[in-house]
Amino acid sequence: MTQFLSLLLNGISLGAIYALIALGFVIIFKASEVVSFTHGSLLLLGAYTIARLSDTIGFLPAVLVGVLVTAVAALLVERFIINRLRGAPVISLAIVTIGVDIILLTELIRQIGPDILNVPHPWGGDSVRIGGVGISENRLIAMGVAAVLIIAFFVAFKYSSWGVAMRASAEDGEAAALMGIRQGRVSALAWVVAGLLAAVAALFLVGAPTPGVSAAAYTVALRAFPAAILGGLDSTGGALVGGLLIGITEAMAAGYQEQLSFLGRGFGEVAPYVVMIIVLLVRPSGLFGTKELTRV
Amino acid sequence: MLHITSGRAVLTVDSLQVTYGGAVEAVRGVSMEVPDGAVVAVLGSNGAGKSTLLRTISGTLRLHRGRVDAGTVRLGDVDLTRRDPGQIVRAGVVQVPEGRRIFGRLTVEENLRAGGMGNRDRGAKAQAVARVHDLFPVLRERSAQRAGLLSGGEQQMLAIGRALMASPRLLLLDEPSLGLAPRIIGQIGEVIAEINRQGTSVLLVEQNATMALGVADRAYVLDVGKVSLSGDARELAQTDEVQRLYLGHTGDAPEERTDRAPLRTLSRWSA
Repeated sequence: MTQFLSLLLNGISLGAIYALIALGFVIIFKASEVVSFTHGSLLLLGAYTIARLSDTIGFLPAVLVGVLVTAVAALLVERFIINRLRGAPVISLAIVTIGVDIILLTELIRQIGPDILNVPHPWGGDSVRIGGVGISENRLIAMGVAAVLIIAFFVAFKYSSWGVAMRASAEDGEAAALMGIRQGRVSALAWVVAGLLAAVAALFLVGAPTPGVSAAAYTVALRAFPAAILGGLDSTGGALVGGLLIGITEAMAAGYQEQLSFLGRGFGEVAPYVVMIIVLLVRPSGLFGTKELTRV
Repeated sequence: MLHITSGRAVLTVDSLQVTYGGAVEAVRGVSMEVPDGAVVAVLGSNGAGKSTLLRTISGTLRLHRGRVDAGTVRLGDVDLTRRDPGQIVRAGVVQVPEGRRIFGRLTVEENLRAGGMGNRDRGAKAQAVARVHDLFPVLRERSAQRAGLLSGGEQQMLAIGRALMASPRLLLLDEPSLGLAPRIIGQIGEVIAEINRQGTSVLLVEQNATMALGVADRAYVLDVGKVSLSGDARELAQTDEVQRLYLGHTGDAPEERTDRAPLRTLSRWSA
């Protein structure tokens, strides 16, 4: 039972990080109608920047710069590529983002090299025990920060002008344009927010129990894709649920490896994708995704 | 004669030519005017170029791969040709699109908020809300409801209310009667007249000529991208062509106006 609770807690904390990434993925899709595959490398860019700068300018300033750099990089991708290709088929845009991702990723891997860059989190690699259930401090803080960011995001999405403009233009872009809503601005802001969220996720993804920033962080980030897709690509609530579901699945599959050994070693890494496929087979538009709503 | 002859034109369309995909000519040299404070109707069947005209004025042609080849659209002295939709809304021209196009997943209140996005002035926005709630009390009652759950008539009112949130000088309406019951169409006509009384000029595109000519001061008939007839709305309603094509009367034997003729119905649903 203790093992179960421990895995559940760790799964939730991992899932909260995935949810941050998936949320960005979903709002980009809603605002720009792009399935953005640049997300993995943006995240790695954030992690890399934080790791590189921590030693010289200190941890907190490095985090701020890292978050900023990632947000600006996301904005540049939107302004110089996505915005100029508006109206292009969704599939071409997706392929374009894969291209951007590969370029950025290749450069980052060249910079990182074979090393594992250490991020000197002030909370270090310590673990805490809550009633016999162990979790790393890093993951615990991640859970708290993610909760705050996610709540802030949902409040803004529901009540701010940006949120209303975003939901309006996601539902009917032309009608929103006729109301004077500037889609370019809505879309640019969505990329910035997604970049911010990805960088914060990166900060915690490269902390304990993960050893540090290496090219492998990229593959970890990729697990946020099944989270967004199984939640429903156009549903922010779905991104949250999808993220948690993937996090818990991964933690459980890794934790109960012995019992699952008939599936082979390392099942934890593929489990998110298996869950995604099963969910999509039952609900093709994801758990909370909208099938084209039709109104009279 | 026009009974509004004093004012200058709020909207002037001059020799406008529009093509889609570089080949299909949708509007071929249209010129027209909306006098300040007037209601002007544009009649025409499907494919006459009515929606293209409104897209051009609102700046959404590009979303449909259309292009202005020649001619200008002016609001007073301001050239609006090829401006983007946001600039045009801020200049004071707002469109109520065909088929209402309300944001069904947003609440009624959020729809109105979205309509006011082009309006920076908080005071003007508060006034606009009061005006809209005054015109359509039902929108106040349903404020927190999802807009997709409103009836067709209520959705049309929301679409009009949403457009009024930007406090436009000129309101463009694309077939507001589409798909609505005759009683509701009557109400829409009254609402348009009231909005106009409050000082907003209106350009009304319609296939329902009875309603349109009832509220309009002036009217234009578009036919395959050209203005085929224009003049005072009441006079135009008496011409043989309009009687035959749009009011469903046969040229030699005038019938009751209330008669819903098959020809009009046919052109209505043939899209």
